[in-house]
Amino acid sequence: MSVERDVMEYDVLVVGGGPAGLSAAIRLKQKAAEAGKELNVCLVEKGSEVGAHILSGAVFEPRALNELFPDWKEKGAPLNTPVIGDDIYFFRSQTAAVKMPNLFVPKPMHNEGNYIISLANLCRWLGTQAEALGVEIYPGFAAQTPIIEDGVVKGVTIGDMGVNHQGEHKPDYAPGMELRAKYTLFAEGCRGHIGKQLIAQYDLAKGTDPQHYAIGIKEIWTVPAEQHKPGLVVHGAGWPLDLLGTEALGGSFLYHLENNTVVCGLIVDLSYTNPYLSPFDEFQRFKHHPKIAQYLKGGTRVGYGARALVKGGLNSLPKLTFPGGVLIGDDAGTLNFAKIKGSHTAMKSGMLAAEAAAEAVLGGSEGGDELTTYTEKFKASWLHEELYKSRNFGVLLHKFGALIGGAINYIEQNWFGGKFPWTFHDLKLDHASLKLAADSQKIEYPRPDGKLSFDKLSSVFLSSTNHEEDQPVHLVLKDKSIPISKNLPLYDEPAQRYCPAGVYEVVGEGDAKRFQINAQNCVHCKTCDIKDPAQNINWVAPEGGGGPNYANM
Amino acid sequence: MKVLVSVKRVVDYNVRIQVKSDGSGVVTDGVKFSMNPFDEIAMEEAVRLREKGKVTEIVAVTIGGAKNEETLRSALAFGADRAIHIKEEGEVQPLTAAKAFAAVLKKEGAQLFLCGKQAIDDDANQTGQMVASLLDIAQATFASKVEVDGAKAQITREIDAGLETLEVDLPAVVSVDLRLNEPRYLKLPDIMKAKKKPIETIGLGDVGVTAEAGTKTVKVSPPPARAKGVMVKTVDELVAALKSKGLV
Repeated sequence: MSVERDVMEYDVLVVGGGPAGLSAAIRLKQKAAEAGKELNVCLVEKGSEVGAHILSGAVFEPRALNELFPDWKEKGAPLNTPVIGDDIYFFRSQTAAVKMPNLFVPKPMHNEGNYIISLANLCRWLGTQAEALGVEIYPGFAAQTPIIEDGVVKGVTIGDMGVNHQGEHKPDYAPGMELRAKYTLFAEGCRGHIGKQLIAQYDLAKGTDPQHYAIGIKEIWTVPAEQHKPGLVVHGAGWPLDLLGTEALGGSFLYHLENNTVVCGLIVDLSYTNPYLSPFDEFQRFKHHPKIAQYLKGGTRVGYGARALVKGGLNSLPKLTFPGGVLIGDDAGTLNFAKIKGSHTAMKSGMLAAEAAAEAVLGGSEGGDELTTYTEKFKASWLHEELYKSRNFGVLLHKFGALIGGAINYIEQNWFGGKFPWTFHDLKLDHASLKLAADSQKIEYPRPDGKLSFDKLSSVFLSSTNHEEDQPVHLVLKDKSIPISKNLPLYDEPAQRYCPAGVYEVVGEGDAKRFQINAQNCVHCKTCDIKDPAQNINWVAPEGGGGPNYANM
Repeated sequence: MKVLVSVKRVVDYNVRIQVKSDGSGVVTDGVKFSMNPFDEIAMEEAVRLREKGKVTEIVAVTIGGAKNEETLRSALAFGADRAIHIKEEGEVQPLTAAKAFAAVLKKEGAQLFLCGKQAIDDDANQTGQMVASLLDIAQATFASKVEVDGAKAQITREIDAGLETLEVDLPAVVSVDLRLNEPRYLKLPDIMKAKKKPIETIGLGDVGVTAEAGTKTVKVSPPPARAKGVMVKTVDELVAALKSKGLV
């Protein structure tokens, strides 16, 4: 079925309005202004507005922002809470914890000069700045497929609006536009659905270690004033995850922002092995630890969300360029896992790509070629140096666990300045890490108490996620039979538990069992696309504007 | 014929509203805003009237702070020909809005004023009625069908007992209800074009109005939390529980 599509052409197209995409768009306009020339820059964002799909901790290192807007303070960037204290705990059990003496904290975990922020709000601010510079931003429109002609990426096609469950056109059907550009910068964040296709199509991951992921679940709380310590950062490793083992790794965070707001979250590596593990329930019980509950008790939970994050670092970083386009930010995987920070690195990668694209277009290029200058700039930048220093961290944890791996990392970071003469590799794929259900211990999670811990559905409600009801399911099973015929007997269908939004359910009894996908609940975290042991779930963009509506995430 | 459509920027209907802890209002920081859904229906109706050849020009109007320009851009993307932004950073109460809109309506010489029956933020349901009253023109509220014929319009309204059809002389105020139409998707090319359409920005003084503060918000409080449910094991237990609460 061929459809007549409107076409718009730009110099540069940015796909995704997160820190990488917005910084890139801004840098492009800045470079054009410096040269006294015009660059047409368009940015599309699948969320209903810029910031709606942004979720991060976040302790923010302002290095890249200082470069992008040296006067960000005067311009009113929402960096309101400087970090004033940094506690790191090893949680030994549900009641015991050991605080790590400051002396033994690895350098990347030091947070002096950093700010506790809402990344969603920083992105909203960056969006305003970008629009003021003349970037055309279109939220509510999801890039659905890349336009590739003769092996060259020419832009993207926006998803159609007004298609019903069966794929037929509704009366208000509106075909998606073609947005074409000399260069397209893909900034979809971790496991971007187009980025994934491009990495496969252009074999960008050739020669790199497999990518690694984690799922981060976060809540926003309003707490009683006497429990609130603005600027305090609390990180933790261990319970409810492993401290010495390597079967369920991850870490926790709790940050005190302004206005009696505390954010709290748990990051669970998707290399976990027990199919009965539920990151959501681990997080719920984690909040009952006295070191955490002391801040949350008596408070009100006001926000909930989840997002996968990319943590393979430099060892897993794919090739960044292909004809006509580049990957930036976590679409490539620039997060620094040793610092558990990805915003400043994403911004920097976007800025470097923008500089390369601006030089090319302003120099008269018609595009379509590989922006190899971006790779050169990346290799010569502090971003590369930073990621090089941190390259072993994730691998050490996967191999030796949080305590021992953490200790080796401490030695590397603090004694060797991040420059061990050797590099460790972690070649196991996250989706292949599950043990069989028969070989695994079931986990009995405590019932939520409705005060500190909650059930999944009331949590998803707080993400304000919404999708048009009558549209094709955007979680596409390559083989519809696998969940019940394979995943259920082998792994007790782990999607029921790893999805933090209750999208996947196995309903019915005996032979009538079927796999139900509640796509409307989806918070666009992408965990299913990553962790499904059969790699059978393909996350595609739903109708534009669908998904969570995060405020202050 | 020219039609004036008023649009309001409100907290998006998908957002879970939170009441500020001091009870002074609801949280609006970092929250998504969009056009009042009833105003979208009014915009859609204006565009449909133009498509039927009944309307020649659509002017969108709003009153409020700088950010309201986004809402006017949405109205322009729907199909308004131009837009007027009455810029007022302070609180705008229905009477102030009504006086300003009445002045614009008069100045523009529009024959029809379309507005949502109410805004989903304050549910005041006053502005349209007050515009009609201030100008001493006809009004038809909660329209579920609008037909324009020359100097008259027929408006169907949903009432308790069924449908009521009114005929009004133009100019008139029509406030629209949920079932009048289903607003179309804003198409990307239309949003692109809307960026280039003109928005005229004026102040309250330009229309000879001063901000009124006839009402004061004393306190905003959230609805009481739902009480915890009780699990019963048998029908008898259920009946007994219902009886004890005097429900059966």
